[in-house]
Amino acid sequence: MPAFRFELCDLPPAAEALRHEVRAFLASELATHPAARRAYTWMESDRAFSRKVGARGWLGMTWPKRYGGHERSAFERYVVLEEMLVAGAPVGAHWIGDRQTGPLILRYGTEEQKQRYLPGLARGELACCIGMSEPDTGSDLASVRTRAERTGDGWRVNGSKIWTSGAAGSEYMIALVRTRAVPGKKHEGLSQLMVDLSTEGITIRPIRDLAGRDHFCEVIFEDAVLPADAVVGAEGQGWEQVMAELAYERSGPERYLSCYPLLRELIALLEHDPTDRQRVQIGYEVARLATLRAMSLSVAGMLGAGENPALEASVVKDQGALFEQALPGTAQALVDETPSTDAGASDFRQMLGHLVQNAPSFSLRGGTREILRGIIARGLGLR
Amino acid sequence: MSELRGMLEETVGRLFGELVTKELIEAAERGDWPGALWEAVATNGLTRPHLSEDLGGAGGTWREAFVILRAAGRYTVPLPIAETILGGWLLARGDLPVPDGPLTVLAEPVAGGAVTLTAAEVPWGRSAPHAVFVSPDGARVGLVRTDAARDVRRSESIAREPRDRLVFDGAAPVAIANARLPASSVRLYGALVRGAQMAGALESILAQAVRYAGERVQFGRPIGQFQIIQQELARLAGDVAAALVAAEAAFAAAARADAEAAFDPTFEIAVAKTRIGEAVDRATSIAHQTHGAIGFTYEHGLHFATRRLWTWRAEFGSDAFWAGELGRMTLRGGAAALWPDLTARAARS
Repeated sequence: MPAFRFELCDLPPAAEALRHEVRAFLASELATHPAARRAYTWMESDRAFSRKVGARGWLGMTWPKRYGGHERSAFERYVVLEEMLVAGAPVGAHWIGDRQTGPLILRYGTEEQKQRYLPGLARGELACCIGMSEPDTGSDLASVRTRAERTGDGWRVNGSKIWTSGAAGSEYMIALVRTRAVPGKKHEGLSQLMVDLSTEGITIRPIRDLAGRDHFCEVIFEDAVLPADAVVGAEGQGWEQVMAELAYERSGPERYLSCYPLLRELIALLEHDPTDRQRVQIGYEVARLATLRAMSLSVAGMLGAGENPALEASVVKDQGALFEQALPGTAQALVDETPSTDAGASDFRQMLGHLVQNAPSFSLRGGTREILRGIIARGLGLR
Repeated sequence: MSELRGMLEETVGRLFGELVTKELIEAAERGDWPGALWEAVATNGLTRPHLSEDLGGAGGTWREAFVILRAAGRYTVPLPIAETILGGWLLARGDLPVPDGPLTVLAEPVAGGAVTLTAAEVPWGRSAPHAVFVSPDGARVGLVRTDAARDVRRSESIAREPRDRLVFDGAAPVAIANARLPASSVRLYGALVRGAQMAGALESILAQAVRYAGERVQFGRPIGQFQIIQQELARLAGDVAAALVAAEAAFAAAARADAEAAFDPTFEIAVAKTRIGEAVDRATSIAHQTHGAIGFTYEHGLHFATRRLWTWRAEFGSDAFWAGELGRMTLRGGAAALWPDLTARAARS
C-alpha cells in the first residue's frame, strides 16, 4: 500500500452557495481589471481590492470571531480561493497573511499577538511576506544565518533575507532567524519573528526579475531592534513551526491554478475551429486540471479535519507545478502566436508573455521540485 | 473511506495476496484457466459488489467495485473480474438475471434480435460462457452464449490474456430487454473498470520499484539511497497518486449516475482514462529503469503489471481517444464554461 492517502472530498452545499456570491462580487469588482493582468493572480497586489474582500468577510474566514474572523469552514475558504484565482483577481496584498501569517499567529501566538494582528489581517489591511531564504540559504533552509540576539528588552537582528516576494509592499514579515547557536544541530535554536518592516535598521531592495517586474526583494537587517514579544510561538521551535505550515503552503489551489487564465484564453482561441491535435491536447490539459483539483480538495479535507497531510501536500505541489509550468509551452506548441508584453497585444499574447517568463519560478517558490521529491521519497521509505 | 470499503479492501487484499501467486499467473499466461481462483472470487461475492441483493449481489455501488478492481490490478489477477462486474451491471440495467460464471462484453453494438457480427479482441472470450451486448442507441441490453459463435479464433493481448475473435452468425440471444443506457456504454464503462485496474497496477509497480531500490546494492549501498533514484521514484509516486484519485473520482461519478438519472459520468470517466493512460509511459519506464536488467526478464514479475498497463491503456478507448472526447466537450462548451461546469459537476445537490 502506498504511503500516501487521498480520500475524495465533496464540498458541502454551504460552500457551493458561497461560490455564486464570490463570482458575482468578482464579476463586478474586476469589470475594468485588464484581462492581461489576470495572469498575475497572487503576484499582483491591490490594497483597495484586499480591503473590499476583507469587508465581505472573506479573509480570516476560519478564525474565531473575537479576533475578527468569521468562523466559517475550511471548505468555504477553499471556494473563495479558487474563485479568486480563476478570475485572476489581484490578491497579492492579503494572500500570505490569510494563508500563512494569520494561521501561524492563531496557532502559536500569545493572546496579545492575536488581538494585535488578526483583526487587521482579516480586514485586508495588513500585508505580510515570508522571510525564509537567505543569500546562502535556499533549499537548505535550516542553514539560516540571520541572527537575533537578546538585548535588555528585545532582540537585535542582523543578517539578510532574499527572494522575499512582496516585501516592498508589506507591513510585516514572518522571519525565520537563529536566536541561539546550537553547535552541530542546525535545526535547533531557530525562531519565527513577526517583524514590523518599518523598523529602523531594515532596508528593502527590490530585485528585478527576468520578466522586468520588481516583485521579490532583498531585506537587510542591520542592528534592527525588535520588541521581546516579536517571537511567535516558542523560542527555539522555529523549525517545527515552519514544517507545520508547509501543508498549508503547498496544497492550495494556487499550486495548480496560476495559469488558469491562460488556459481559458487558449480555449477561447481554439473553440471555433480546432484541429484534432488541438482538441486532443486540450483534453489532456482538462484531465490534469480536474485530477489536480480533486487531489487539492482531498488535502483541504484532511486539513479541515485537523490532520497534517504534509506528504500529500508535497505530491499536490509537485504535480501542480508540472501542470502549470508546462502550460505556457503547450500553448506555444498549439498556436502560432508570439508572447508579448505590449499593452496593445491580444489578451492571450500578453498572458503568454507574462506566464512563459514566470513559469520557471513555479517549481522553485514554496519549496523546489527537488526538495518536494525528497519529502515524497522519505514518505516512500527511501530515506 | 467508509468502514465497509475498508473491510472489503482488507478481505480482497488477503484473498488475492494468498492465491494469486507468480506460478498461478505464469500458468494463466500459458493458457490455463485458474478455476479454483475464480471459484474463490465468485464465492466471496467479488464479481457482484455493486448489484442489489435480489440479483445475488452485495447491495453496494460502483465505489465497492472500485476497491475490488483496484486490488485486482494491484495483484494482476488473471481473471475477467472487470468484465464480469461490467456485464453484470449492464444486465441489471435491463432487469435481466445475471448468470453465474464469468462474463465478457462485446464492444461492438448489436442491432436487432439475432446476433450477427464479428467481435474482435473479446476479452476472455474463450473463458466466459456468456457475453453481454448493448444496442447502438443503448436502449436494449442482451446476453448471448459464446458457444453460439460460429467461429472462435484464439488470440492474446501482449499481457497474454485472452482477446479472442468471435464470429456470430444469427445467434439467438439467451435474453434481451429494454434498458436506458448511454450510447457506447460498453466503451464508457469499460474505460471505467480498466481505469481502476490500471491504477492498481501502477501502485504495484511503485511498490515493486521501491522495494527493489531498497534491496539492490551497488557502489556499496542500496540504490534507493541515491538521490537520482529517489527523485525518479517520487515522480512515479506523483503519477500513481494522480491515477488513484482520478480512478476513484470516476467510480464516485458512476455511483452517482446510478442514483441520479440526470447525472452523466462521461466527463469523470474520460478524465480518468486520459490521466491514468498518460501516466503509463512515464511510470513503466521509471519502474523498469529502477529494476535494471532483472526487470526485463520473464523470471522477474515486474512485467506482469507493466505488460497489462501497456494493454489496458489502449482498451475501451486510449488516452488519446478520451482526451479527444474531453477536448471536444470542453471546446464545445467554450472558454467561459469550463470552470463553472467543472465546479458544478463536483458539487452535490
